[in-house]
This record gives sequence, C-alpha cells and structure tokens, in this order.
Amino acid sequence: MIRLDPALSQKLVRWVLVSLTALTVSILVFIITYVLLKGLPVLGWEFLSTGAVDAGRGGGIFPFIVSTVFITVVALAIATPLGVGTAIYLTEYTRETAATRVVRFAAECLAGIPSIILGLFGFITFVLFLKLGWSILSGGLTLAIMVLPTIIRTSEEAIIAVPQNRRDVSTSLGGTRWQTVTRVVLPGALPGIVTGIMLSVGRCIGETAAVIFTAGSALGTPTSIFASGRTLAVHFYILATETDAFGMAYGTAAALIIAILTINTLAYWMMHRIMRKYS
Amino acid sequence: MEKIRVKGFGFAYQGGSVALENINLSVMRNEILGIMGPAQSGKSTLLRCLNRMVDALPGTSRKGSITLDGADIFSGEIDPDDLRRRVGMVFDVPVPLPRSIYENVAYGPKLHGVRGRKKLDELVEFGLRSAILWDEVKDRLGTSALRLSGGQQQRLCIARTLALDPEVILLDEPCSGLDPISTLKIEEALSELKSKYTIIIVTNNTKQAARVSDKAAYFLMGELVEYGRTKQIFTVPRDRRTDDYISGRFG
Ligand SMILES: Nc1ncnc2c1ncn2[C@@H]1O[C@H](COP(=O)(O)OP(=O)(O)O)[C@@H](O)[C@H]1O
Ligand SMILES: [Mg+2]
Repeated sequence: MIRLDPALSQKLVRWVLVSLTALTVSILVFIITYVLLKGLPVLGWEFLSTGAVDAGRGGGIFPFIVSTVFITVVALAIATPLGVGTAIYLTEYTRETAATRVVRFAAECLAGIPSIILGLFGFITFVLFLKLGWSILSGGLTLAIMVLPTIIRTSEEAIIAVPQNRRDVSTSLGGTRWQTVTRVVLPGALPGIVTGIMLSVGRCIGETAAVIFTAGSALGTPTSIFASGRTLAVHFYILATETDAFGMAYGTAAALIIAILTINTLAYWMMHRIMRKYS
Repeated sequence: MEKIRVKGFGFAYQGGSVALENINLSVMRNEILGIMGPAQSGKSTLLRCLNRMVDALPGTSRKGSITLDGADIFSGEIDPDDLRRRVGMVFDVPVPLPRSIYENVAYGPKLHGVRGRKKLDELVEFGLRSAILWDEVKDRLGTSALRLSGGQQQRLCIARTLALDPEVILLDEPCSGLDPISTLKIEEALSELKSKYTIIIVTNNTKQAARVSDKAAYFLMGELVEYGRTKQIFTVPRDRRTDDYISGRFG
C-alpha cells in the first residue's frame, strides 16, 4: 500500500478541487463569450425594437421579448402567492404530519417531471380542455406549475431559517399568528423568497418545451393574455432548427443570456442590500 | 392586593415529562417576586405558563390553576393575545427585531391597533424612558436596533414590553449575558418600575434576587422548595436545600 504524506495529500486534494472549479468557471465563460461574440453584432436597437421579417430571417425580436416578459409575469403572478402560501402553511400553520409529508413529496415529484411532459399536460389541460388555446395564459399557467416546487422549497427554507425567538417575541407581545407571520417571519424570509422567485424567472425565460406546446409560436406581438406569443427561447429554437438564419439565432441567444445575467445580478445585489440593511 | 395566584399548579411537556408539580404562590400588586433555582428546575416553564406561551406546544398537560386579578387565565373568557399584552415577557437573550430602535418599541402597540405618529411617538418615548434607555438613543431612534450593545438591547426589550403598558412583567434571567454595569442599569430600571407594575424575575444570581426582590421563591426539579419574604429566605431559610443553594453549597 502506498501511504501519502498528509501534507502532500492535502495539497493534492486542494489542487484537484481548484482545477475542477476552474473548469466549471471556464465552461461558463466559454459559452457566454461564444454566444456574445456571435450574437452581439446583430444585437442593436433595431433588432430589439422591431418585429420579425420573413419568419425571423430578418427584422428583430421585439414581439418575442414582449411575449417572454408577459408569460414570465403571468407565471410568477400565479406561482408566487401559491408557493409562498403553501410554504407558510407547511411551516407555520401545521406540525409535521403524514399530510404535510405527502404535500412535500408531491412537490418533489413535480420538480422531477421533465418540462416537455409539463408542456404536454398544459396543452391537454389548458389549451384543449379549458379551451384557452395557444396563449400567454396557457403558457404562464404551465410555467407556474413548473416553478411552483422551486418557490415552495426556497420559501420554506427561508421561513425555517428565521430565528424562532423572533416569533416568540412577537407572540409574547400579543401578536396573533398571522401578525407574526406577516410582520416578523416574511420580512425575515424575504431575501430567500426573492432568490427563489429570481431563480424561477430565469427558468421561465429559458424554458422552451413547456411553452412551445402551450403558448404557441405566433410571430406577432401579443396584446392580451389570450393571444398566442412566441418567447425568445422558442424563437431561438425555431430559428436554429427550421431556418438557416444562424446570425439571428445567436442574436436572440445573446439577448436571452444578457437578460438572465442581468436578472441574476440584480437579484444578488438586491439580496445583499436587504440583508445588509439591518446588520 | 393580590395580582397573581398560582394554585396547585402542575405542568408536563409532551410525553408526560413533568416540569412543574404542585406549585403554590401568589404575587401582590407592585411587588417583585424573585425566582431562583438551578437550571432545568422549571423556572422558565412557569413564566411561559403565566403568559400562555406554552399554548403553541403540542401534547402538554396541566393541573391546578393560575389566576390574574382573580380570573383563571386558562379559562375561555381570557383571550391569550390580550393576556400577553397584559403580561409582558423579557427573554434571557435580548432579541431585538431587525428593525430600527423606534420600530422595535412601536411593534407591540402597532400589533394592538395603535395608529398615529403622535401616539406612537409618546409610547416609544415612554417605554425607552422607563427602561432608562432614552438618553442613550434619543438621537438615533431610526438606526437599527441590532447595532446596540447587549445591555442596551436588553433594555430595549424591556422598553418594548413597557410600551404596551402591561400589568405584569416577566423577566427570564434578563441579565444572564450582561456585564455588571449593564446589570446594574437593569436593576435600577426594575426598582423604578415596581411602583407601577407587578414583576416576576427569574435569576440565576442569588445576590440579584436578594437585591431586587420583595418575595423570593426557590425552585428545584419542578418543585417549589421554599417561598416567602426575601429577607426571611436569605436570613432564616426554612428548608435545608434553600440554605445550601443561597450559601453556594449547592451541587
Ligand atoms: N419545549 C420543551 N419541551 C420539552 N421539555 C421541555 C421544554 N422546555 C423545557 N423542558 C423541560 O422542562 C424542564 C424545566 O425546564 P425549564 O423550565 O426551562 O427550567 P429552568 O428555566 O429552570 O432552567 C427541563 O427538564 C426541560 O428539559
Ligand atoms: Mg430557564
């Protein structure tokens, strides 16, 4: 048996971990740089502010930006109250019972369902059965289901992390449970909840399979939640698979990546501000 | 006049672990009761029963009664949230909420529907003055309460309780983490509060009990070993175990 000198093995482990980290970071940097290099040349004001011409071979992506924002807002407007409400109920209003375990297990299962299956489900349920058609609403509902487990889980974790003694203080001052939840627990959990929402926004923006089945791929700018709309990710997918307009596809991808990076940076910055304010 | 009476009171946590057994004591209005005893003897449990903080725990059981102004606090007539406004509590570690000094003190009144800047300003000033903290913080009421020192934080917690104008104040080892000067300031505040409130203070410091209390009680493993006038307990304790504890021969 070869026995490594402890100091040496420490060094070795450190070296391996550092290289793995470097690899991860460089893959990320490579992808971002590659997409930006290819996409930035087309990404001008014109591209961002006009509609598509000739199925996207020319023109811009304005309608798809609108659809993406629209669908994401609808999805989160539905998923946030549902998810945060569920998290509050599970953590503050019930004790750990068989029922709460079933709810948690269901949420875990939901999180594991591939988005293309959710797309199919949304198509059958919202588009066909509820007769909502291919629309922003159908897409938003489907994405809401997709991100619900994330919002429940991150909110639950954030709520549990609020120190118990703050709840005790509020109760000891005569606060009802609901007052304690709204005035002590939720403010304390806010950074975590916002993180969960931002993660979800990122997933909504990047999602393709679940929305192509439910929101459709109309080229126009949607004017209501009952109109069909094509998100940026769907547009990119269609350009890349059905046309030879790779320049336009990269332009769209660059816009997507910049949007997601901006949202993540904003979320990060906001969380730090909230957390620093009182400590 | 009798403010609180605890009669044949017993309490057990989930699974039947008995924390208090057959406790009998009473506290007069404007009196300070000092509760002493080693760890795990049920002191905190008694305080948490007095303002029904134990309600939230599953599977507890109790015997006997506790009355406040003659009314059974566990009866249906008393709303627990209202009881907690009347019976304030200060915990062993100071727990400032992550808000400004002002918002900490105004927290209780706001819970109970007090609105209006002027009224709140008055209550905040009243609370902070009564807890002898006003002069130290009056120029920075808007800054975070978390930036105060430990002793100031604990006085802030007292101020926060007082802003509700309670009738009884329960303090659970309020000075356990504090330096002697902070402790002195809190004791000073307590002796001034006595004229308006009824106070029960748990302390692991027998000297503190001797200094601040009118009556004293000695708890041991859920049993009330001795209870009487502080002077009597510290000069001629009736029970051998009390004598051992206050003279430092415990253990
Ligand atoms: N939340 C709780 N659940 C179960 N047992 C508890 C709980 N709190 C306290 N106890 C038990 O009750 C007994 C008395 O504790 P406590 O009232 O905290 O004593 P003290 O304040 O005198 O140190 C201890 O045996 C303790 O383990
Ligand atoms: Mg205790």
